[in-house]
Amino acid sequence: MIVEGSEKIAIRQSGDIVRVRQIVRHWSVRLRFSIVDQTKLVTAASELARNTFEHGGGGICVLESLMEGARAGLRLRFEDEGPGIANVDLALKDGYTTGSGMGLGLGGARRLVDEFAITSHPGQGTQVTITRWR
Amino acid sequence: MDEGGLAERIPILRMGEFLLVTIQVDMHDRLAIRLQEELTQRISATRAKGVLIDITALDIVDSFIGRILGNIAQLSRVLDAQTVVVGMQPAVAITLVELGLPLPGIRTALNLERGIALLHAALGTSPPAESRHDRRGE
Repeated sequence: MIVEGSEKIAIRQSGDIVRVRQIVRHWSVRLRFSIVDQTKLVTAASELARNTFEHGGGGICVLESLMEGARAGLRLRFEDEGPGIANVDLALKDGYTTGSGMGLGLGGARRLVDEFAITSHPGQGTQVTITRWR
Repeated sequence: MDEGGLAERIPILRMGEFLLVTIQVDMHDRLAIRLQEELTQRISATRAKGVLIDITALDIVDSFIGRILGNIAQLSRVLDAQTVVVGMQPAVAITLVELGLPLPGIRTALNLERGIALLHAALGTSPPAESRHDRRGE
Protein backbone atom coordinates (compact mmCIF):
# COMPACT_ATOMS: atom_id res chain seq x y z
CA MET A 1 0.00 0.00 0.00
CA ILE A 2 1.34 3.41 -1.02
CA VAL A 3 0.54 6.70 0.68
CA GLU A 4 0.24 9.09 -2.25
CA GLY A 5 -0.59 12.33 -0.50
CA SER A 6 -1.44 13.66 2.92
CA GLU A 7 -2.77 16.67 4.72
CA LYS A 8 -2.95 17.63 8.38
CA ILE A 9 -5.87 19.66 9.69
CA ALA A 10 -5.95 21.24 13.13
CA ILE A 11 -9.23 20.97 15.05
CA ARG A 12 -9.25 23.84 17.54
CA GLN A 13 -12.67 25.47 17.20
CA SER A 14 -16.08 24.33 16.06
CA GLY A 15 -15.58 25.99 12.64
CA ASP A 16 -12.77 23.51 12.00
CA ILE A 17 -15.40 20.74 11.77
CA VAL A 18 -16.64 22.46 8.57
CA ARG A 19 -13.04 22.76 7.33
CA VAL A 20 -12.47 19.02 7.85
CA ARG A 21 -15.66 18.34 5.86
CA GLN A 22 -14.53 20.58 2.99
CA ILE A 23 -11.01 19.12 2.79
CA VAL A 24 -12.27 15.51 2.96
CA ARG A 25 -14.81 16.37 0.23
CA HIS A 26 -12.05 17.88 -1.91
CA TRP A 27 -9.87 14.75 -1.63
CA SER A 28 -12.75 12.34 -2.24
CA VAL A 29 -13.68 14.22 -5.42
CA ARG A 30 -10.04 14.11 -6.49
CA LEU A 31 -9.94 10.34 -5.94
CA ARG A 32 -13.15 10.05 -7.99
CA PHE A 33 -15.25 8.52 -5.22
CA SER A 34 -18.94 8.15 -6.11
CA ILE A 35 -21.23 10.85 -4.74
CA VAL A 36 -22.68 8.39 -2.18
CA ASP A 37 -19.18 7.35 -1.01
CA GLN A 38 -18.15 11.01 -0.79
CA THR A 39 -21.20 11.79 1.31
CA LYS A 40 -20.62 8.83 3.64
CA LEU A 41 -16.96 9.68 4.20
CA VAL A 42 -17.61 13.40 4.73
CA THR A 43 -20.42 12.60 7.18
CA ALA A 44 -18.22 10.16 9.14
CA ALA A 45 -15.43 12.77 9.19
CA SER A 46 -17.86 15.38 10.51
CA GLU A 47 -18.93 13.11 13.39
CA LEU A 48 -15.34 12.28 14.34
CA ALA A 49 -14.09 15.87 14.02
CA ARG A 50 -16.87 16.95 16.38
CA ASN A 51 -15.88 14.25 18.87
CA THR A 52 -12.25 15.44 18.69
CA PHE A 53 -13.35 19.00 19.36
CA GLU A 54 -16.04 18.40 21.99
CA HIS A 55 -14.77 15.40 23.92
CA GLY A 56 -11.06 15.55 23.18
CA GLY A 57 -10.71 19.31 23.67
CA GLY A 58 -9.34 19.66 20.14
CA GLY A 59 -6.69 17.79 18.22
CA ILE A 60 -5.78 16.96 14.66
CA CYS A 61 -7.07 15.09 11.64
CA VAL A 62 -4.45 13.50 9.41
CA LEU A 63 -5.70 12.62 5.94
CA GLU A 64 -3.86 10.19 3.65
CA SER A 65 -4.73 9.16 0.13
CA LEU A 66 -3.83 5.53 -0.46
CA MET A 67 -3.18 3.33 -3.45
CA GLU A 68 -3.27 -0.44 -3.19
CA GLY A 69 -3.00 -2.13 -6.56
CA ALA A 70 -5.68 -0.50 -8.67
CA ARG A 71 -7.84 0.71 -5.82
CA ALA A 72 -7.70 4.13 -4.25
CA GLY A 73 -8.61 4.86 -0.68
CA LEU A 74 -8.78 7.67 1.80
CA ARG A 75 -7.66 7.19 5.39
CA LEU A 76 -8.42 9.68 8.15
CA ARG A 77 -6.85 9.63 11.60
CA PHE A 78 -8.35 11.77 14.35
CA GLU A 79 -6.14 12.34 17.37
CA ASP A 80 -6.68 14.19 20.60
CA GLU A 81 -5.00 14.36 23.98
CA GLY A 82 -8.22 14.69 25.89
CA PRO A 83 -9.59 12.69 28.81
CA GLY A 84 -10.01 9.53 26.71
CA ILE A 85 -12.89 7.07 26.74
CA ALA A 86 -13.20 4.78 29.76
CA ASN A 87 -15.40 2.22 28.00
CA VAL A 88 -14.91 2.12 24.22
CA ASP A 89 -17.50 -0.65 23.68
CA LEU A 90 -20.13 1.42 25.45
CA ALA A 91 -19.17 4.55 23.50
CA LEU A 92 -19.69 2.67 20.23
CA LYS A 93 -23.30 1.85 21.15
CA ASP A 94 -26.00 3.96 19.53
CA GLY A 95 -27.65 6.40 21.86
CA TYR A 96 -24.66 6.71 24.16
CA THR A 97 -23.74 10.35 24.45
CA THR A 98 -22.02 12.71 26.81
CA GLY A 99 -22.26 15.65 24.41
CA SER A 100 -24.70 17.54 22.25
CA GLY A 101 -25.17 15.00 19.46
CA MET A 102 -27.53 12.09 19.22
CA GLY A 103 -25.01 9.57 20.45
CA LEU A 104 -24.43 8.26 16.95
CA GLY A 105 -20.98 9.76 16.47
CA LEU A 106 -18.71 6.74 16.87
CA GLY A 107 -21.08 3.90 16.01
CA GLY A 108 -22.58 5.89 13.14
CA ALA A 109 -19.17 6.77 11.70
CA ARG A 110 -18.12 3.12 11.89
CA ARG A 111 -21.12 2.10 9.76
CA LEU A 112 -20.20 4.60 7.04
CA VAL A 113 -16.67 3.37 6.32
CA ASP A 114 -14.87 0.17 5.28
CA GLU A 115 -12.32 0.11 8.09
CA PHE A 116 -12.55 1.50 11.60
CA ALA A 117 -10.09 1.37 14.49
CA ILE A 118 -10.13 3.13 17.86
CA THR A 119 -7.56 3.36 20.64
CA SER A 120 -8.39 5.22 23.81
CA HIS A 121 -7.16 5.17 27.38
CA PRO A 122 -8.38 7.37 30.21
CA GLY A 123 -6.03 10.33 30.58
CA GLN A 124 -4.16 9.55 27.38
CA GLY A 125 -6.44 10.76 24.63
CA THR A 126 -8.15 9.04 21.75
CA GLN A 127 -7.15 7.96 18.25
CA VAL A 128 -9.73 6.96 15.66
CA THR A 129 -8.73 5.79 12.18
CA ILE A 130 -11.20 5.26 9.35
CA THR A 131 -10.63 4.17 5.76
CA ARG A 132 -12.94 4.14 2.79
CA TRP A 133 -11.95 2.44 -0.50
CA ARG A 134 -13.22 3.45 -3.91
CA MET B 1 -11.47 34.73 16.20
CA ASP B 2 -15.02 33.53 15.84
CA GLU B 3 -15.76 30.92 13.20
CA GLY B 4 -17.42 32.33 10.11
CA GLY B 5 -18.09 35.72 11.71
CA LEU B 6 -20.92 36.80 13.97
CA ALA B 7 -22.90 38.55 11.24
CA GLU B 8 -23.47 35.31 9.35
CA ARG B 9 -27.04 34.08 9.41
CA ILE B 10 -29.45 32.04 7.36
CA PRO B 11 -32.31 34.19 5.99
CA ILE B 12 -35.88 33.33 6.96
CA LEU B 13 -38.42 34.44 4.33
CA ARG B 14 -42.13 34.91 4.89
CA MET B 15 -44.43 33.34 2.32
CA GLY B 16 -48.04 34.01 3.36
CA GLU B 17 -48.70 31.92 6.44
CA PHE B 18 -45.50 29.93 5.95
CA LEU B 19 -41.85 30.61 6.65
CA LEU B 20 -39.22 29.51 4.17
CA VAL B 21 -35.62 28.74 5.04
CA THR B 22 -33.18 27.82 2.29
CA ILE B 23 -29.89 26.58 3.65
CA GLN B 24 -27.25 27.62 1.12
CA VAL B 25 -24.08 27.26 3.14
CA ASP B 26 -22.12 24.46 4.72
CA MET B 27 -23.72 24.89 8.10
CA HIS B 28 -21.40 25.00 11.10
CA ASP B 29 -22.75 24.07 14.49
CA ARG B 30 -23.28 27.56 15.89
CA LEU B 31 -25.03 28.71 12.73
CA ALA B 32 -27.43 25.77 13.10
CA ILE B 33 -28.15 26.68 16.73
CA ARG B 34 -28.74 30.31 15.71
CA LEU B 35 -31.16 29.21 12.99
CA GLN B 36 -33.09 27.17 15.55
CA GLU B 37 -33.38 30.18 17.85
CA GLU B 38 -34.28 32.71 15.17
CA LEU B 39 -36.81 30.45 13.54
CA THR B 40 -38.55 29.83 16.84
CA GLN B 41 -38.81 33.59 17.42
CA ARG B 42 -40.10 34.21 13.90
CA ILE B 43 -42.78 31.49 14.17
CA SER B 44 -44.01 33.13 17.33
CA ALA B 45 -43.83 36.71 15.96
CA THR B 46 -45.49 35.96 12.61
CA ARG B 47 -47.88 33.25 13.89
CA ALA B 48 -46.74 31.15 10.97
CA LYS B 49 -48.62 27.92 10.44
CA GLY B 50 -45.92 26.14 8.54
CA VAL B 51 -42.15 26.06 8.11
CA LEU B 52 -40.40 24.85 4.98
CA ILE B 53 -36.71 24.05 5.28
CA ASP B 54 -35.06 23.57 1.90
CA ILE B 55 -31.87 21.52 2.22
CA THR B 56 -31.28 21.04 -1.54
CA ALA B 57 -27.85 22.68 -1.28
CA LEU B 58 -26.82 20.76 1.86
CA ASP B 59 -24.37 18.02 0.90
CA ILE B 60 -24.30 16.30 4.27
CA VAL B 61 -26.60 15.94 7.27
CA ASP B 62 -24.69 14.61 10.26
CA SER B 63 -26.11 13.78 13.68
CA PHE B 64 -25.76 17.35 14.90
CA ILE B 65 -27.59 18.94 11.96
CA GLY B 66 -30.15 16.12 12.21
CA ARG B 67 -30.72 16.96 15.86
CA ILE B 68 -31.22 20.65 15.03
CA LEU B 69 -33.77 19.77 12.32
CA GLY B 70 -35.56 17.54 14.83
CA ASN B 71 -35.55 20.32 17.44
CA ILE B 72 -37.01 22.78 14.94
CA ALA B 73 -39.79 20.32 14.06
CA GLN B 74 -40.61 19.80 17.75
CA LEU B 75 -40.41 23.48 18.69
CA SER B 76 -42.63 24.48 15.77
CA ARG B 77 -45.21 21.89 16.81
CA VAL B 78 -45.33 23.38 20.31
CA LEU B 79 -45.90 26.78 18.67
CA ASP B 80 -48.76 25.35 16.54
CA ALA B 81 -46.83 25.24 13.27
CA GLN B 82 -45.77 22.29 11.11
CA THR B 83 -42.32 21.74 9.66
CA VAL B 84 -41.49 20.07 6.38
CA VAL B 85 -37.91 19.45 5.24
CA VAL B 86 -37.62 19.45 1.45
CA GLY B 87 -35.00 18.75 -1.20
CA MET B 88 -32.85 16.15 0.52
CA GLN B 89 -30.21 14.80 -1.88
CA PRO B 90 -30.44 11.03 -2.50
CA ALA B 91 -26.84 10.51 -1.30
CA VAL B 92 -27.69 12.35 1.93
CA ALA B 93 -30.77 10.15 2.43
CA ILE B 94 -28.73 6.95 1.91
CA THR B 95 -26.07 8.16 4.35
CA LEU B 96 -28.66 9.16 6.98
CA VAL B 97 -30.18 5.70 6.94
CA GLU B 98 -26.78 4.02 7.34
CA LEU B 99 -25.75 6.47 10.02
CA GLY B 100 -28.89 5.39 11.86
CA LEU B 101 -30.29 8.88 12.28
CA PRO B 102 -33.98 8.60 13.12
CA LEU B 103 -35.07 12.22 12.35
CA PRO B 104 -37.94 11.97 14.82
CA GLY B 105 -41.04 13.99 13.98
CA ILE B 106 -39.58 15.40 10.78
CA ARG B 107 -41.80 15.39 7.74
CA THR B 108 -40.08 15.41 4.38
CA ALA B 109 -41.13 16.15 0.82
CA LEU B 110 -39.22 15.73 -2.43
CA ASN B 111 -39.22 19.41 -3.36
CA LEU B 112 -40.55 22.79 -2.33
CA GLU B 113 -43.76 22.54 -4.33
CA ARG B 114 -44.71 19.22 -2.79
CA GLY B 115 -43.73 20.52 0.62
CA ILE B 116 -46.16 23.41 0.21
CA ALA B 117 -48.89 20.99 -0.92
CA LEU B 118 -48.18 18.79 2.12
CA LEU B 119 -48.52 21.77 4.49
CA HIS B 120 -51.79 22.86 2.86
CA ALA B 121 -53.15 19.33 3.13
CA ALA B 122 -52.13 19.11 6.79
CA LEU B 123 -53.77 22.45 7.55
CA GLY B 124 -56.87 21.80 5.46
CA THR B 125 -56.28 24.99 3.44
CA SER B 126 -56.15 25.32 -0.33
CA PRO B 127 -52.88 25.89 -2.14
CA PRO B 128 -52.69 28.90 -4.45
CA ALA B 129 -54.36 28.39 -7.87
CA GLU B 130 -51.01 28.16 -9.70
CA SER B 131 -49.68 25.18 -7.81
CA ARG B 132 -53.05 23.38 -8.16
CA HIS B 133 -52.79 23.86 -11.89
CA ASP B 134 -49.19 22.56 -11.93
CA ARG B 135 -50.12 19.37 -10.14
CA ARG B 136 -52.56 18.31 -12.84
CA GLY B 137 -49.67 17.49 -15.12
CA GLU B 138 -48.22 14.86 -12.74
